[in-house]
Amino acid sequence: MEAIDIKSREGEIHHGDYEQMEHHHESFLTKYIFSTDHKTISKQFLISGIFWALIGGSLSIVFRLQLGFPDLNLQWLQPVLGGWITETGKLDTEFYLAMVTMHGTIMVFFVLTAGLSGTFSNFLIPLQIGARDMASGFLNMLSYWFFFASSVVMLTSLFIETGPASGGWVIYPPLSALPQAMSGSGLGMTLWLVSMALFIISSLLGSINYITTVINLRTEGLSMTRVPLTIWAFFLTAVIGVLAFPVLFSAALLLIFDRSFGTSFFLSEIYIAGEALPNVGGSAILFQHLFWFLGHPEVYIVLLPALGITSEIIATNSRKPIFGYRAMIGSLLGITILSFVVWAHHMFITGMSPFLGTIFMFLTLIIAVPSAVKVFNYLTTLWKGNIIFTPAMLFSIGLVSFFISGGITGIYLGNTAIDIQLHDTYFIVAHFHIVMGSASFFGMVAGIYHWFPKMFGRMMDAKLGYIHFWVSFVGVYMVFFPMHYIGMAGFPRRYYSFTNFDAFSGFTDMNMMISTAAIITFGAQLLFVFNFFYSIFKGRKATANPWGSNTLEWTAPIKPGHGNWPGKIPLVYRWPYDYSKPGAKEDFIPQNVPFSQTPESNLPHEKDPEETPGDEGAIVLDEAKE
Amino acid sequence: MMMKQNLDLIEGPKTRLSMHPKKFALWLFIGSVVMMFAAFTSAFIVRRAEGNWMDFEIPDIFWLNTGIVLLSSGTMHWAFTAAKRDDLETIKLALGITIILGFAFLTGQYISWGHLVDANVFFVGNPAGSFLYVLTGLHGFHIVTGITFLVVVLLNSIRYNVHAKNLVQIEMCTTYWHFLSGLWLYLFIFLLLNH
Repeated sequence: MEAIDIKSREGEIHHGDYEQMEHHHESFLTKYIFSTDHKTISKQFLISGIFWALIGGSLSIVFRLQLGFPDLNLQWLQPVLGGWITETGKLDTEFYLAMVTMHGTIMVFFVLTAGLSGTFSNFLIPLQIGARDMASGFLNMLSYWFFFASSVVMLTSLFIETGPASGGWVIYPPLSALPQAMSGSGLGMTLWLVSMALFIISSLLGSINYITTVINLRTEGLSMTRVPLTIWAFFLTAVIGVLAFPVLFSAALLLIFDRSFGTSFFLSEIYIAGEALPNVGGSAILFQHLFWFLGHPEVYIVLLPALGITSEIIATNSRKPIFGYRAMIGSLLGITILSFVVWAHHMFITGMSPFLGTIFMFLTLIIAVPSAVKVFNYLTTLWKGNIIFTPAMLFSIGLVSFFISGGITGIYLGNTAIDIQLHDTYFIVAHFHIVMGSASFFGMVAGIYHWFPKMFGRMMDAKLGYIHFWVSFVGVYMVFFPMHYIGMAGFPRRYYSFTNFDAFSGFTDMNMMISTAAIITFGAQLLFVFNFFYSIFKGRKATANPWGSNTLEWTAPIKPGHGNWPGKIPLVYRWPYDYSKPGAKEDFIPQNVPFSQTPESNLPHEKDPEETPGDEGAIVLDEAKE
Repeated sequence: MMMKQNLDLIEGPKTRLSMHPKKFALWLFIGSVVMMFAAFTSAFIVRRAEGNWMDFEIPDIFWLNTGIVLLSSGTMHWAFTAAKRDDLETIKLALGITIILGFAFLTGQYISWGHLVDANVFFVGNPAGSFLYVLTGLHGFHIVTGITFLVVVLLNSIRYNVHAKNLVQIEMCTTYWHFLSGLWLYLFIFLLLNH
């Protein structure tokens, strides 16, 4: 690969702060803690994300125990949960709600937003676009530490006496606005709001940085129609974040005023214990509008990075160009735009005008079009490819499977008429856990397996990866598929227990099965965590380009230092999907290889028109013809 | 590699956005502030349409404040053009006036709250009034951040760090300050039309 160095040249515009960032002495503190290096920050996000995923997952195991085995004695959890386990070994009912709320909050925001975008946008954007670092390393560092502060506050709220926020991750008022409503709406809710305010600042700082970096710091030759699809996905995710999170901030701010200053934005004519509250004139529905204006785009903030990662991994491991590169960009753009005009489909049964409901139903169903384009392109990329089943590839294929099976139920739920029956049942739970939760989680795990060699210079153990995949893949379907039936049977979500109702007692065995599957699936994740930390220190040493990939990050040293490329930044001459190009010597041609070096495989329009006869390139051309 | 020169001609760089990354980031930040105020004002409209809405009079002092903030935009621009001309003394003068006008605007907004209280429009009460306080208060908070930025630029200009060859900071400050004036103008017109 000496050719790379010869071909490389320092970019003129984009080395901005480069001079300052090289060769200065680093202490432990600036290297590992308050680092401004995008690779370190991404690892910080990743490890925080794994930490949160374990907490969020354990919470779900505890409430699955309650749902599957309502008679189980949970006394043994007392050392951890303390007073939340009653004298008789039962889970406290309000704490059940708190756990559901925290599970949702943690998974959506701390794992799949910060853990996913934070890790991979930070790690891959500079490396894949050929930049020394993010546009502003300092803001990037701030972004992580705001997230850290937000994490500390949220974690603290788990341990306070009145319990964490319990009104559901959507924190609808009046439940969340009135401390009298439930114990979790007291201090727990306040901490939730503080934590989320910090989280929003972190997310905005991150997103602004990602967008600026993608727009301004791409290496020479890397036009927006040549960047890997991961970059497009991260870029659009950041755009959604910049536009959607401020609206959540507005909603949270008004809720804070209602809670702490006595205003009535969301509260009106409420009686508690026979006494009228002073608040008059608020509108609880208004909160839902504001919340879902973020809440729905948030779904795509979670999903788009996973889709981008999948595009990259599937193309690489099918040894084929991604099918419909421009269509993939187009569908990402379509999803981005549509994500802002469908929020009211979360509110069909709030009494909104049926006419308005129909409009939102129509817009919602249109999202099926770009989504189907993506699925079609994934499948056609796989079609007749030389598929290499690495763990990352398996997880990516798993994502496609979830995206299909979870997406189809979305079409049911998007219909106003069917939504009346299915709203707030386990059908919803099944739908979004498959299409958003599991799909994004699989995308994240796929990304970790795939880019682990670049992050830590070592490989993760593939055998453990295969076990992890099959247990998780089968496990996820075992957990969430039966929930569709439970939902159709009318089981509402967020209920503490079903055995108290005759109508719901018939599905006890199914709930038991779901809970068992959930525990096994969670166990497989522990295997992954072991594999992850073990491989950091003891994994097999990685080669420079272990997957035979085209993108720029694999042209950097195995463990890139500060500034990513020791010499000059590679130039880009082609798109990132030249896999198995007819005539080429190898089945991949990295982006930094000029067309003149690959005359044997160039398509007619890729020939070098200005090449004069007798030039070196022309000689090679003749040889190839012989 | 002889053809390298050649290659650069043909396969050379496609143009990227040449805007300074920090300026671009500022515009993104402005975008997110716009979204926040868009959320508030649309919430205002939605809530108003639901009825049980207290009508209130816009304090007259808002007209004066609007004048002040527009004037400060003018002086800000004066500072910027002075920086482009390397007129170092004028930069400091114009920035100083802008900061004073910024404080004058904040004082005016504070007085307007007093007038609102006199007119029985309270923060706690009908959401109509609460919205008014939130909109003006949050804008005021942004003005405070703007003044902080102005002070930073002023300190830099005293150290002779703001001149024709070092315009990025004052240019960003100008952009932000104009944005804050424009934001107030929008809020003011919005309130005039919807109070």
